[in-house]
Amino acid sequence: MKAGKQPGATNRLKSAELSRASVRLSDRSPSVASRWAAGRLEPGTSLKGCRPARRRVWRSRVNSALVVFAVVVALTPVVLILYHVTRKGLVSMSWEFLTSSMPLSFRKAGGGFLNALVGTAIMVGLAAVISVPLGIMGAVYLVEYGKGNWLAKLIRFFSDVMSGVPSVFVGLFIYTALVVHFGFGALMGAASLALIMIPIVVRSTEEMLKLVPSHLKDASYALGAAKWQTILRVVLPAAAPGITTGVMLAIARAAGETAPLILTALGSYQLTAKLWGEPISALTLAIFDGARNPFAAGQARAWAGALELLAIVLICTAVARLIAARSRLNR
Amino acid sequence: MDILPRRITAIIGPSGCGKSTFIRCLNRMNDLIPGARVEGQVFYHGEDIYAPGVDPVVVRRHIGMVFQRPNPFPKSIYENVAFGARINGYKGDMDELVERCLRRAALWDEVKNKLKKSALELSGGQQQRLCIARAIAVEPDVILMDEPASALDPIATTRIEDLMQELKQDYSIVIVTHNMQQAARVSDETAFLYTEVDEATGARWGVLVEFGDTKQIFTKPKDKRTDDYVSGRFG
Repeated sequence: MKAGKQPGATNRLKSAELSRASVRLSDRSPSVASRWAAGRLEPGTSLKGCRPARRRVWRSRVNSALVVFAVVVALTPVVLILYHVTRKGLVSMSWEFLTSSMPLSFRKAGGGFLNALVGTAIMVGLAAVISVPLGIMGAVYLVEYGKGNWLAKLIRFFSDVMSGVPSVFVGLFIYTALVVHFGFGALMGAASLALIMIPIVVRSTEEMLKLVPSHLKDASYALGAAKWQTILRVVLPAAAPGITTGVMLAIARAAGETAPLILTALGSYQLTAKLWGEPISALTLAIFDGARNPFAAGQARAWAGALELLAIVLICTAVARLIAARSRLNR
Repeated sequence: MDILPRRITAIIGPSGCGKSTFIRCLNRMNDLIPGARVEGQVFYHGEDIYAPGVDPVVVRRHIGMVFQRPNPFPKSIYENVAFGARINGYKGDMDELVERCLRRAALWDEVKNKLKKSALELSGGQQQRLCIARAIAVEPDVILMDEPASALDPIATTRIEDLMQELKQDYSIVIVTHNMQQAARVSDETAFLYTEVDEATGARWGVLVEFGDTKQIFTKPKDKRTDDYVSGRFG
């Protein structure tokens, strides 16, 4: 047609045709033209020549830029934290750090946070053993048995309240309830972590159980299954990936709690696995301790500990998302 | 109405007249709906299943159900069929039971090499036959089918209908269908349900208009409403 001309010229030519087309439209019927001010095509006009109005393109670009900017602003602190902790932590991280305990004098360099790691593992493990069955059973009650009755409303209300309670209050409660009588120890620390984990497990499990489609339950009942059999063999397995995600997120949260552990486990420099009667360390406590330490060696260990804790939390979260994604693929 | 043994009873009627709700009454599935109330009696082998003290779980072991949309569990094909048997404490050879039920449901040849695969990977027609195999595994007396082929393509529908004719030899079948030709092809007795509307309040309820031999319902219906429906004047 117009070979040899630049494509831009061709496009300009076509928009000129379009504007002539819309002029023809408005000549023909002014009411139609006013209703379709953005430009309706006359029959016979090719769609290929249509480009969005310049103003719309510009607004769309501005909106996209604003959204990208907002994301960058939100992500910057996270990225900075990750970068900082990794940079400072890697310097002091070593195999020795991961496998040995605090040196006798915290002025000395070397040693590691093994006692803290073991303490966190014991306390978070015990807390999970306590909170996961209780949380799942509570959620099963809320969804399957207690639809709307007063006990279900009460459980849900207190669950929400507990998830908002500052963790230091939980520590104070365990302190007055248990530590005053039995002393500091891993069990006390685990108890306070369990109190923090239970609302998370209950709420996330409840959401996952509600997502199990009712036709699966119908199929199970129609086969002559009793309610508990349906829950145990159909509903819980169907919701298992989501429940696991919730549990992993609760574990990641518990691993990062500091205030309740200050009041219940106290912290120690010794590698111990005693469950009560003796204070026990935790990663968060050791980081806190090391950060306040006036000596460079202590602070260096604190950075490495922070990197270790960060790695644990990231792994838990990544595993949780992996499980969730894999289960979605299998459907 | 009487549901005769080893025969297929079809329940037809316009949409919303309560066919599915009615059939769910027959194995006490409506107990699962909070606020649902059932009045009247359903006699199974002379005993009212709604009598106080009757365990609905036991009722459902004898009166099984297949639903409109295939709903296999997200487990393997083997586990789906074995589920009902395990629940009810089956002590015999599970492999043999699974094979027998899949053969009766005309699905064995297609899945015999992939019993451990997820049931959700099967096609719609295969899933529905799997649900039938699962229902048979419990060895019920009666099988209720709520529009079993309405979510399937015509070829799968034909296979389900052929399957029903085979199953008739051992089980009593009650099928709800909105497809009149299917009811005419497949069933021995037919019940026609219709909706009545209270003009004043707008309340709607279903009534059993006519129940009888299928040939009679479709060729010489006694009630005018039945005649209108089966000749396609509405519905």
